[in-house]
Amino acid sequence: MDYEMIGITVLWFFLYGYLIVASVDFGAGFYSYYTKQTNKNHITHNIIQRYLSPVWEVTNVFLVFFFIGIVGFFPDTAYYYGTALLLPGSVAIILLALRGSYYAFATYGAEESKFYSFLYGATGLLIPASLSTVLTISEGGYISTENDGVQLLYGELFGSLYSWGVVLLAIVSVLFISASFLTFYASRAKDSQAMSLLRKYALTWSFPSIGMGIIVFFLLNKRNPEHFQSMLDIWWIFGLSLVAFALATYFIWQKKHLGIAFILVMIQYFLAFFGYGAAHLPYLLYPYLTIYDGFTNETMAISLIVAFIGGLLMLIPSLYLLMRLFLFDADYIEGKK
Amino acid sequence: MFFEYDPVIYSRILTYVTLGFHVIFATIGVGVPLLIAIAEWMGIKRNDPHYTLLARRWARGFVVTVAVGVVTGTAIGLQLSLLWPNFMQAAGHTIGLPMFMEVFAFFFEAIFLGIYLYTWDRFKSKMKHFLLIIPVAIGATASAFFITTVNSFMNAPQGFEIVDGVLQDVSPLAAMFNPATPTKISHVILTCYLTSAFILGTIAAIHILRGNKHVYHKKALHLTMVTGVIFAMGSFLVGDLSGKYLHEYQPEKLAAAEWHFETETEAPLIIGGILTDDNEVKYALEIPYALSILAGGTPDTEVIGLNDFSEDVLPPLFVHYFFDLMVFIGMFLAGVSLLFIIMSMKKGWNPFNKLVTWLIIIGGPLSMVAIQSGWIYAEVGRQPWIINGVMTVEEGATTSPHVDLMLWLFILLYAVLGVTCAGVLRKMFKNNPVEHELEERGLSHKTAQ
Ligand code: HDD
Ligand code: HEM
Ligand code: HEM
Repeated sequence: MDYEMIGITVLWFFLYGYLIVASVDFGAGFYSYYTKQTNKNHITHNIIQRYLSPVWEVTNVFLVFFFIGIVGFFPDTAYYYGTALLLPGSVAIILLALRGSYYAFATYGAEESKFYSFLYGATGLLIPASLSTVLTISEGGYISTENDGVQLLYGELFGSLYSWGVVLLAIVSVLFISASFLTFYASRAKDSQAMSLLRKYALTWSFPSIGMGIIVFFLLNKRNPEHFQSMLDIWWIFGLSLVAFALATYFIWQKKHLGIAFILVMIQYFLAFFGYGAAHLPYLLYPYLTIYDGFTNETMAISLIVAFIGGLLMLIPSLYLLMRLFLFDADYIEGKK
Repeated sequence: MFFEYDPVIYSRILTYVTLGFHVIFATIGVGVPLLIAIAEWMGIKRNDPHYTLLARRWARGFVVTVAVGVVTGTAIGLQLSLLWPNFMQAAGHTIGLPMFMEVFAFFFEAIFLGIYLYTWDRFKSKMKHFLLIIPVAIGATASAFFITTVNSFMNAPQGFEIVDGVLQDVSPLAAMFNPATPTKISHVILTCYLTSAFILGTIAAIHILRGNKHVYHKKALHLTMVTGVIFAMGSFLVGDLSGKYLHEYQPEKLAAAEWHFETETEAPLIIGGILTDDNEVKYALEIPYALSILAGGTPDTEVIGLNDFSEDVLPPLFVHYFFDLMVFIGMFLAGVSLLFIIMSMKKGWNPFNKLVTWLIIIGGPLSMVAIQSGWIYAEVGRQPWIINGVMTVEEGATTSPHVDLMLWLFILLYAVLGVTCAGVLRKMFKNNPVEHELEERGLSHKTAQ
């Protein structure tokens, strides 16, 4: 593997990590609000709070990692995406800022309020929607480079079926991933009431999520036939993803092996996400930027990779400790600690 | 606004607004974990539950400020790419490494902070819980270390070669450890500790001024002032070394800070004053030889004057006031904390008297003002360069037509965040005063020592 591939693979792993942990977090925010509105809050409140409190900051770092890392490995992305994304990027920053700080205010400041909870729920859906536009733009055709400057074509972006498809896909995926994790977490906590409610949510969003996946896949054909064709070439990856989805949904429906079901959901998204990414290569931005012409110099690449390995050696034991104390400690989950 | 739309100007203002807001929380984020660690350590060593409670309450307030630090940090991280795409393109090639490592430091810190907060009563041994704050403090200081190397690079770029407009021979380590790094890093980190100590001191002093006689607050004040005096001396010392760095590598910044026009030896330090249209300094206090000593350690050091530089690479001269403000506050903080320590060592003197308490109370906000002025001096003093001698601010900026709208949006965002954050903190501690918590934990009658 050349440095370019290593670089993009590392970054893609972090984006995938963000996709999973942030989806759980975003969806949890939405469910928390939704159950408050429907007076079912007492059922899910504990589960959601217990999981979210210790980990929200960690979630955020995954994202920071990705966008700092991509500038390190592929400095030219800063030029293209940086210039084009001023507006959508700033909107995403504002939403993230409101969400993060108001969560902390509510939790640590112990101030329950309808408004905070609404903010938390609404941003949970709006953030994935605004972040997903980056992937949309990467397909090409939404940016012009006339008159020496990179510009985002808003008319094109808001008028395109594909971009709305991606937004919907992002939202339903968040709801599905989150519900399937929380179902598992509730079952670990032996909270059968919460489990059955969350299970219902997971099943509700399972088919919309896979349906949107398939719809977006075909919309891509119109948008970027080249990328679509590369995805067809590795169709089996998406086939496996579908199998993982089917098994996961089956288990959730049967209320069996909920832990494995969530792992299967992770595999489902892993395969789809890496399949999508692999077919996208070598382009970072159709048709302007590939991983080869936007790459940093070799010395920097090596030092980034070394730093990355060093960092992982430090992080993995710490993450393990965090998980052992909060995710897999039965007493903690059940609220005895 | 009063001028025509120019993405460069708006980008600069927006960068300032975001960084200026972030740095308030970043400073607290770097310094407070250390103070929490000290308090918890004292609690264990002296077996004094007051210190443990101190650590506990500080930590509780700290998470709220961390949250704002995290979200504004995320904002500045993304905003640098959005507002300064050309700068980040160049920086990615040269200084990407420490930026990347900074995120690891955050990661490390975030994980342990999460664990620390939720495990106060979970371990049998108190020592185990104390050990968890160490990686938080290390992570926080490490992130300050890494990000400040980036800023040092902007001031003293090295570790690359530009041949016919193409970047070559990049050495990330040389870029990281540039001539500005040693003074910059130590000054930034020490002043973060100093400021945090004073802000926590201010809180304790307010309680004492209001007539609260509990030893808890006296212990808090004593702890923060002892750490404060150490860090104040340190900041002072390194501040002096920073002046020597500037003399060597960025003489125009030093000259601008001192309105020093003629190259000469035995240069005086100018404090305050105003500048007339024909560059005459009026109403200023002059300390003979002091500038030469700041620059080179001896009165016969020759200090280059502004007249020896070409007009178009000179920074704006108003940075003089910011430099003065920072230095004045530095002296003030060192003086106040020293006074407190001396008074508490002398028998029969009361360090908690009204005057000293008042001085400490204003010390906290002033230290934050010093941080702001220091940065404004350091950043504006580098004008017109974004990377000193390599890239100007204009070349680094975005060309996007919407920066003005973003500026208003972000000002609104920070206003809302700032106000709610202050409100939440106030309410948190008002609803749960120390006396109440001491009673709850069965400590109200146990006054160690
Ligand atoms: C509580 C905050 C605080 C205090 C009391 C001081 N400083 Fe400071 N100073 C900073 C906070 C700061 C800072 C915010 O941390 C800066 C901005 C950029 C930097 O590197 O550190 C800074 C920069 C800075 C610079 C510019 C360095 C550069 O541009 O590379 C100099 C020359 C000094 N300081 C000198 C001093 C002196 C002589 C002080 C004497 C008391 C002093 N500072 C007190
Ligand atoms: C440590 C990393 C930092 C980096 C990489 C950085 C980067 C930048 C950049 C890119 C600019 C715009 C160019 C310019 O106008 O000079 C800037 C300006 C500025 N920054 Fe920094 N900065 C850092 C730290 C800070 C901090 C912590 C502050 C705190 C207040 C600060 C204050 C400012 C100010 C006041 C300006 C505006 C200068 C002007 O208007 O002329 N900087 N900085
Ligand atoms: C260009 C300048 C800067 C950038 C790009 C930046 C970036 C960031 C980011 C991305 C975060 C959020 C991290 C997370 O998600 O946990 C953050 C938080 C923070 N930053 Fe900054 N920062 C800058 C300037 C500074 C400076 C000058 C300091 C200190 C001297 C600093 C210290 C901190 C601290 C302490 C936090 C809080 C993190 C925590 O406690 O978890 N930053 N910064």
